[in-house]
Amino acid sequence: MNPTEYKYTKDHEWLCPEPGGNARIGITDYAQSQLGDVVYLDLPAPGKQIEQSRKMGEIESVKAVSDLFAPASGKVIEINQNVINDPSLVNKDPYGEGWLVKIRLTKPAELDALMTSDDYDRLLGQGEK
Amino acid sequence: MQTPYLPNTDADRQAMLKAIGVGTVDELFQDVPRQYLNVPFRLPSPLSELELKRELQQRAGRNASADKYACFLGAGFYHHFIPGVVGHIVGRSEFYTAYTPYQAEASQGTLQAIYEYQSMVCQLTGMEVSNAGLYDGSTATAEAALMACRITQKDKVAVLPSVSPKYVKVVQTYLGGRGFPLVKIAPDQSLPADCACLIVQQPNFFGYFEDLSALVRKAHDAGARLVAIADPVSLGLFRPPGEYGADIVVAEGQALGNPVSFGGPGLGIFACRKDYVRQMPGRIVGKTVDAEGNPGYVLTLSTREQHIRRERATSNITTNEALVALAATVYLAAMGKRGLRQVAELCYHKAHYAAKAISRLKGYLLASDKPFFKEFSVRCPAPPAAINKALYRQKIIGGLDISDTIEHGMLLCITEMNTKEEIDRLVGVLGEF
Amino acid sequence: MRRHYLLPDISQPGKMGGTLPAIDVPYTELPGELLRADLALPEVSEVELVRYFLNLSQLNFGVDLGFYPLGSCTMKYSPKWHEDIARLAGFSSVHPYQPVESVQGILQLMHELQEYLAEITGMNAASLVPMAGAQGELANVLMIKAYHQSRRENRIRILVPDTAHGSNPATAAMCGYEVATVPSDQNGNVDFEVLDAMMDDKVAALTLTMPTTLGLFDPQIEAIDRLVHARGALLCGDGANLNSLLGKVKFGDLGFDCVQLNLHKTFSTPHGGGGPGSGPVGVKSVLTDFLPTPCVTRKAKKYVFATPPRSIGNLGVGYGNVGAIIKAYAYIRSLGAEGLREVSEDAVLSANYLKEKLKPDYHLPYDRPCMHEVVLSGKWQKAKGVKAFDIAKRLLDFGFHPPTIYFPLVVEEALMIEPTETESKATLDEFIEALKAIAREAEENPEILHSAPHTTPVRRLDEATAARKPDLGWHQKD
Repeated sequence: MNPTEYKYTKDHEWLCPEPGGNARIGITDYAQSQLGDVVYLDLPAPGKQIEQSRKMGEIESVKAVSDLFAPASGKVIEINQNVINDPSLVNKDPYGEGWLVKIRLTKPAELDALMTSDDYDRLLGQGEK
Repeated sequence: MQTPYLPNTDADRQAMLKAIGVGTVDELFQDVPRQYLNVPFRLPSPLSELELKRELQQRAGRNASADKYACFLGAGFYHHFIPGVVGHIVGRSEFYTAYTPYQAEASQGTLQAIYEYQSMVCQLTGMEVSNAGLYDGSTATAEAALMACRITQKDKVAVLPSVSPKYVKVVQTYLGGRGFPLVKIAPDQSLPADCACLIVQQPNFFGYFEDLSALVRKAHDAGARLVAIADPVSLGLFRPPGEYGADIVVAEGQALGNPVSFGGPGLGIFACRKDYVRQMPGRIVGKTVDAEGNPGYVLTLSTREQHIRRERATSNITTNEALVALAATVYLAAMGKRGLRQVAELCYHKAHYAAKAISRLKGYLLASDKPFFKEFSVRCPAPPAAINKALYRQKIIGGLDISDTIEHGMLLCITEMNTKEEIDRLVGVLGEF
Repeated sequence: MRRHYLLPDISQPGKMGGTLPAIDVPYTELPGELLRADLALPEVSEVELVRYFLNLSQLNFGVDLGFYPLGSCTMKYSPKWHEDIARLAGFSSVHPYQPVESVQGILQLMHELQEYLAEITGMNAASLVPMAGAQGELANVLMIKAYHQSRRENRIRILVPDTAHGSNPATAAMCGYEVATVPSDQNGNVDFEVLDAMMDDKVAALTLTMPTTLGLFDPQIEAIDRLVHARGALLCGDGANLNSLLGKVKFGDLGFDCVQLNLHKTFSTPHGGGGPGSGPVGVKSVLTDFLPTPCVTRKAKKYVFATPPRSIGNLGVGYGNVGAIIKAYAYIRSLGAEGLREVSEDAVLSANYLKEKLKPDYHLPYDRPCMHEVVLSGKWQKAKGVKAFDIAKRLLDFGFHPPTIYFPLVVEEALMIEPTETESKATLDEFIEALKAIAREAEENPEILHSAPHTTPVRRLDEATAARKPDLGWHQKD
């Protein structure tokens, strides 16, 4: 279900560490199902510095808009142009093709504060709002 | 008291009370503090349709309307010819008793008509996207200024002195809410670098055409956007602001198929470059398909609006002027490119005929020799208030008194509704001063 | 099978839908360099024009066709003869900048309406200037801001309940205020304890819709009034739901310092498919100096315009939506105080009737008397995989316009139903039967709900593609 090798936040984002001190970021399956059909993404441009827990962008569905919060601090090195062109990828494959941004981590120790997939499953099971 | 608008009888009411399990309707108001319930209301006793209609007809008869008086007032609201077909279509209660088309499957009439409206506004203004309309030209200008501030992340707004002072007051109110400064800059002044936009009017408030190319350059050189207030009827003949590179075009749509109606309702035409569409306020209709692949229309890009984005919305606007926009759409469809051009030409030639005749009168001076469309400003030999009194006695409504800007100045407007005979009579009375 | 087409599809060069006279004055040369090369508007004959728009009108659902129970919209019947009166030349063909002597008839009407609206809302003065409810809200918040500034008080925040219409926080933000949300308690009222804690000396006002968007009259109103004023703030009313209080209760008595009205809701002026509206405001004397300009006053025996001494300024370049003003005036003069009271009594009675009949089938979040509207929840149906969205679409198949859905936000799968007083009990009973049938379908045949509507001119529309790849006009080149 939720990939076990990923890390999670209470705002329903995931972070997947990658070799070379990088990480990929996206939103969880729960998040995309709550949002409905994603229609537009406002992502931080490559080169931008993002900070853990601060707002880094927005994701819009037909009937809602949600802030995106950075799961960890870093410099944006790539945004997923495929989801910009086809936002439905976020709904179809939130953990794979629907990834949002790739960053170079500036404070790798922050990852310890993130949830494991078990923690996140427990959060969801607790009857979220 | 039974009225035609209350279909329930006392028997119906009793049945409903019984089903609810209360004896009187006041029991349903139990949460209202007792001392505030059923207080006296001092209002006139009700009248029947016949009596009230008579009274209202009498009141209407006491107003000097354009069917009895020749009117030469413009300054933002214009008497133009409205083909009879417009009233009949807008009078269909399928259109006017509908609500905002949130349930698209039950509102395809309204939605498709708005799609046509948006398309025609873009053709008229030379812009890429249009919304479904805002309240009026003045608030559309204010919203355009706020939009430019959002786009540029700057908060100062500049305006030329030749823009309608009435519009400027409204922009001031809206900017004042956010604490954003409004500065007047002279035509030959360069724009400060901290300006979000420059607002210009074409033709300007006094009736004259601005050098729009130069103004667009001035704005863009300073990193600002160009907001142009257009006259929609003039666009039947003259190059639209979009072709000069304007970023946002707004206009008062009343002139397109809607009566002057003592100043309201109006229609805030609003169009911009497609890159800015997500910052545009107001409703937008988009074309799509239904579950069976048939074409259909929906409200779209709704995440800009107040019901979703709340305090981060592009604007608080909800209800706009949909029926007024429908009238404009029918008018444009009825007139077509040829008809609208003809209307504009009639205005142009009649206005120039009047201006020439007035300029030959002793003591009258045309305020400018720049090109104009249907309005022009005149320096009169006497206070315009006195001249207008004399005109009114002859069943003529004279131009706007602009002596606060031009000494003894009057802003005159001639449209296709003014006959040569009316213009000659106007000139005759003016000649007596 | 309906054929879809747009105006360009039937346009042909040379067709015309209107006639104009020939030019009766000498020609003046046109400034060639200013002229446009072409104007690509469709050209159609009057016949084709009329058919096109008449056929479009048949695709619409309006109050004149059937029940339209949109919560908080007050889709009541619009009296037909009011349309004729607004069209009289003496009202429609007058210019706002004509000398006041020449428009005494219409100024008198506007002056009287100002007085009637002040009386109806229990306020000291009213302004007809705002062009819609949201602009009325803007006027209120700007006046509140001016009030505090005049007292040199630095108040930075507006409090808004979590049930508030989105226009409330959007308006506060347009005026430079922070917005803080006050939660509702388990009875659907404002959580008074939390309100007390939030109501500090940085709060400019509490904006309260009364009754609330849950259709409930908050019985704490007197305590709220005392609390807000004790802390130096103002109580700002959103009068969208006035249809429940007409002729029975005055906003001013409840402690409100200002309230905005919606003539196109409460006072029967037509909704027009999204306007024109009209949003007059009523204010207590604490705010009369700040009213938007101009207002109509009487000087000797003449009606003139005046600017309030510390006015927030102009919200438009006219005097308000005069078309709607005339119709609302006629409505009030046709009903009188007694008639207005019957409006609110019948509206409240009908809403409670619907509530009683439907609560076995749909979850009722607050089982207490409602006012002019009732909010049900589709959460029992959600457990079967049927959402409020599906219920709404299925109602279209039964010939009813759906109620408001997903608002207020505090109720899960909200269905906000406002019948208004202009619906007969027979219509209400049909509506009840339809909703009961849908509740049964949710149990036995949910698929028919997921694929609804089936009988409307178009089936369920793809809103996602409309937002992802916007097609906003036939002029679009890409």
